[in-house]
Amino acid sequence: MPQSAEKILDHAPLFREPEYRQMLAEKKLNFECPHAEQIVTEQGEHTKTWEYREKNLAREALVVNPAKACQPLGAVFAAAGFERTMSFVHGSQGCVAYYRSHLSRHFKEPSSAVSSSMTEDAAVFGGLKNMVDGLANTYALYDPKMIAVSTTCMAEVIGDDLHGFIENARTEGSVPPEFDVPFAHTPAFVGSHVDGYDSMVKGILEHFWKGKERTKAAGTINIIPGFDGFCVGNNRELKRLLNLMGVSYTFIQDASDQFDTPSDGEFRMYDGGTKIKDVRAALNAEATLSLQHYNTRKTLEYCREFEQATASFHYPLGVKATDEFLMKVSEVSGREIPETIRLERGRLIDAMADSQSWLHGKKYAIYGDPDFVYAVARFVMETGGEPIHCLATNGTPAWKAEMKELLAASPFGKDAQVWPGKDLWAMRSLLFTEPVDLLIGNSYGKYLERDTGTPLVRLMFPIFDRHHHHRFPLMGYQGGLRVLTTILDKIFDKLDRESMQLGVTDYSYDLTR
Amino acid sequence: MSLDYENDSAFHEELITQVLSQYPNKAAKRRQKHLSVATDSEEVGEEGQISECDVKSNIKSIPGVMTIRGCAYAGSKGVVWGPVKDMVHVSHGPVGCGQYSWSQRRNYYVGTTGIDTFVTMQFTSDFQEKDIVFGGDGKLEKIIDEIEELFPLSKGITVQSECPIGLIGDDIEAVSRKKAKEHEKTIVPVRCEGFRGVSQSLGHHIANDAIRDWVFDKGEVEFETGAYDVNVVGDYNIGGDAWASRILLEEIGLRVVGNWSGDATLAEMERAPKAKLNLIHCYRSMNYICRHMEEKYGIPWMEYNFFGPSQIEDSLRKIAKHFGPTIEERAERVIAKYQPLVDAVVDKYWPRLQGKRVMLYVGGLRPRHVITAYEDLGMQIVGTGYEFGHNDDYQRTGHYAKKGTLIYDDATSYELDKFIERIRPDLVGSGIKEKYPVQKMGIPFRQMHSWDYSGPYHGYDGFAIFARDMDLAINNPVWDLYDAPWKKTTVPAERLAAE
Repeated sequence: MPQSAEKILDHAPLFREPEYRQMLAEKKLNFECPHAEQIVTEQGEHTKTWEYREKNLAREALVVNPAKACQPLGAVFAAAGFERTMSFVHGSQGCVAYYRSHLSRHFKEPSSAVSSSMTEDAAVFGGLKNMVDGLANTYALYDPKMIAVSTTCMAEVIGDDLHGFIENARTEGSVPPEFDVPFAHTPAFVGSHVDGYDSMVKGILEHFWKGKERTKAAGTINIIPGFDGFCVGNNRELKRLLNLMGVSYTFIQDASDQFDTPSDGEFRMYDGGTKIKDVRAALNAEATLSLQHYNTRKTLEYCREFEQATASFHYPLGVKATDEFLMKVSEVSGREIPETIRLERGRLIDAMADSQSWLHGKKYAIYGDPDFVYAVARFVMETGGEPIHCLATNGTPAWKAEMKELLAASPFGKDAQVWPGKDLWAMRSLLFTEPVDLLIGNSYGKYLERDTGTPLVRLMFPIFDRHHHHRFPLMGYQGGLRVLTTILDKIFDKLDRESMQLGVTDYSYDLTR
Repeated sequence: MSLDYENDSAFHEELITQVLSQYPNKAAKRRQKHLSVATDSEEVGEEGQISECDVKSNIKSIPGVMTIRGCAYAGSKGVVWGPVKDMVHVSHGPVGCGQYSWSQRRNYYVGTTGIDTFVTMQFTSDFQEKDIVFGGDGKLEKIIDEIEELFPLSKGITVQSECPIGLIGDDIEAVSRKKAKEHEKTIVPVRCEGFRGVSQSLGHHIANDAIRDWVFDKGEVEFETGAYDVNVVGDYNIGGDAWASRILLEEIGLRVVGNWSGDATLAEMERAPKAKLNLIHCYRSMNYICRHMEEKYGIPWMEYNFFGPSQIEDSLRKIAKHFGPTIEERAERVIAKYQPLVDAVVDKYWPRLQGKRVMLYVGGLRPRHVITAYEDLGMQIVGTGYEFGHNDDYQRTGHYAKKGTLIYDDATSYELDKFIERIRPDLVGSGIKEKYPVQKMGIPFRQMHSWDYSGPYHGYDGFAIFARDMDLAINNPVWDLYDAPWKKTTVPAERLAAE
């Protein structure tokens, strides 16, 4: 009997006990009708070949293990970054259960959002009634300051008109006349979560800015972070830097407190976020800076309609990207970058110099959202690493062109290939045929690590199987230090693992590295 | 080990009145029907009935209230079909549904993923605007061809419809028929669009019907049958549950010829009609196919419960009785064999868990099936409810729930938070969306869908893990650290006002 009260075995060791191994072997043999082992092995080997890779990359319709989610997830994340704002997603209710679960699994935090719970009758007659009743219930139960409405693909396919519906609901008294209900259409069959983010932030700005006069407040800056699973660490780090510079700034969309509430006996359904009065005032800012270009294309265009200066970055991580961000902030605000920040920068460079021999020439595969992949490829090259595969399932031709330009500007980028629109099953072929030392991505990459043996560094949303990484910054010089350390740990752990066999490989099991 | 206790009916009635008072009238009227307190059973003589848990259920959720429920797609792809390991399950429509449900149910299986098994992969048709406008049937055809090319060892394909499919009028049945013929493989179209029905539940039903219509009787099944052949139905092998169950069934002398659908292969489903008995664990999600097999093939079915020693023992005896003295005798031997383990586990954990009060809010079978497992450890259930139960689930709950237990159907986040805040149980068992709000309140929590990344919880081996997990959740020192020592109390003002 494998189990005992003294030493309770978890699933991993339990099912490796002889009783279970025999049971599972017999199940397979007698009941599963499996393929012959040799056929499975051969097919497994075949998937590692260039021949399979070519067929795999030539896929036109099937998508396998994509690294992207759908628009409304981005909208729900975006809305979570505003003061006491409840996300209301118009359409089928299962979607909302999925967004909430997805965000909770990454942040290990509550994630609140409601659905208008449309069913078959709403598919026929439209979801107006659901909107009218839904807004009234949400307003009564959850005491929000604002309700941000987005859509599932069901509502988009049947063509529900959010603006009209919301006005109808207002007329029927679902919410008070002046209550803020911004909205964004977020069809799941267009773009990805980064576009949903863009649409929701733009929807909120439109709600507060439309028809208003702008009185320019010189030197003030808006910052839009974009969809960022590391918002908790990143936003706080950037605020620290901006405070050190003495800049007058507003984060437009800031979920850093919402997704990092304390445990002290009280469940805070809402915490932190951009204040509504600050969203209004943000119209007057001199400039709006986006930290993630591909998350804010529409939003920045809208800002420009008001003659705001705009600039966008690709997830300011690493040395030069942080330099550029700070210099831009300095230029717009007229504030100097203080000596303390220069020293911080120096400490990151110091760390990179200390470790350069371990990083020089290392080959990387990087996947994730377009701005993230750009940022990591750039930083990796700053350490002497060589990006080999840069893949974004939600990458566009414009992203590909930008990546090419970045990679062409460094000798370390000469062997890099850029893969917009490809998925992680394509990455599997790439890793088998053109192997690398490290894979950088998110938790989904663990299947690639298992299949190809490429060590995985988790640096992007979603991270389900490691805890608390998102509480620490990746952006800025401090963030650079963390990324550097994470990569180095992975390299050293692998070196140790490969050299720890007693009396065989442990001549290289060095105490000091 | 039957535990004798009663819950505070008056207090629970008052809680219901309180939460309803916060709703707009129309919604309050509708929600009222879903909330109740278990009363003494009126059905005198109804075997095993100990209380009435009478609420309305399986009705549309109210818009805007934050229901915990999912959709028909979740019920079909996520629950019933997803675990069938040697088939490729295509999430047909936009990318999100498949992405959010990817690898999240912990349906354990053995196989070479990507080669001969495919459970922890996300196959999607990733619909774009043009597919919505011009229809996705052409794309689906191409997808099936590409699966054949790249995953030739897959035994079949299911097409799991997402919302747009039914709205744009695609004919996935025609595509499936055509391609099944062409590739000589099982291809199953499933009409589980998320807007159908009121919860996951209709998705289960639709998925069951798809097995009936597209898997059964499609060809000759060669299989040597035996007198003790059973199917285990409605065990999804979460954290290995079905394995910890199978080992017991085999030990008492039965032959588990199919397990639905955790760690299942298509072959196991195809031959199901040849079994002698269907053993159903999750009644809610798979009773439909059991009833069909009874009607069409004359296979009887029997509900059982493998959570906690009292129920395991009862179930083993009940199952064995069906097969006669030989099996009965073996069942007794098996029960006796595991008794020392049960005793040791109970001895170890009873003193640490005795009298702890638990609130449950889960789906499927668990809101009732796990009650006795807790009671086997001396714990008490103060409240329970189903995300997507039907009337027959609440009837069955009367066999488990004690008088005064708070009953909530399709509870909203608002209701759950208020109930938990006022009752302040020692443990809450629910899902990922409920986990963190509860823990913020300083109340221990275990996910009772995914076993909180632990498990198995079924069978004797699983019971030991279950007991350990409940102990480590409740008796962790972190819960005593919530109050900063310089602050007298952190009880929220709202709760003080209510008291």
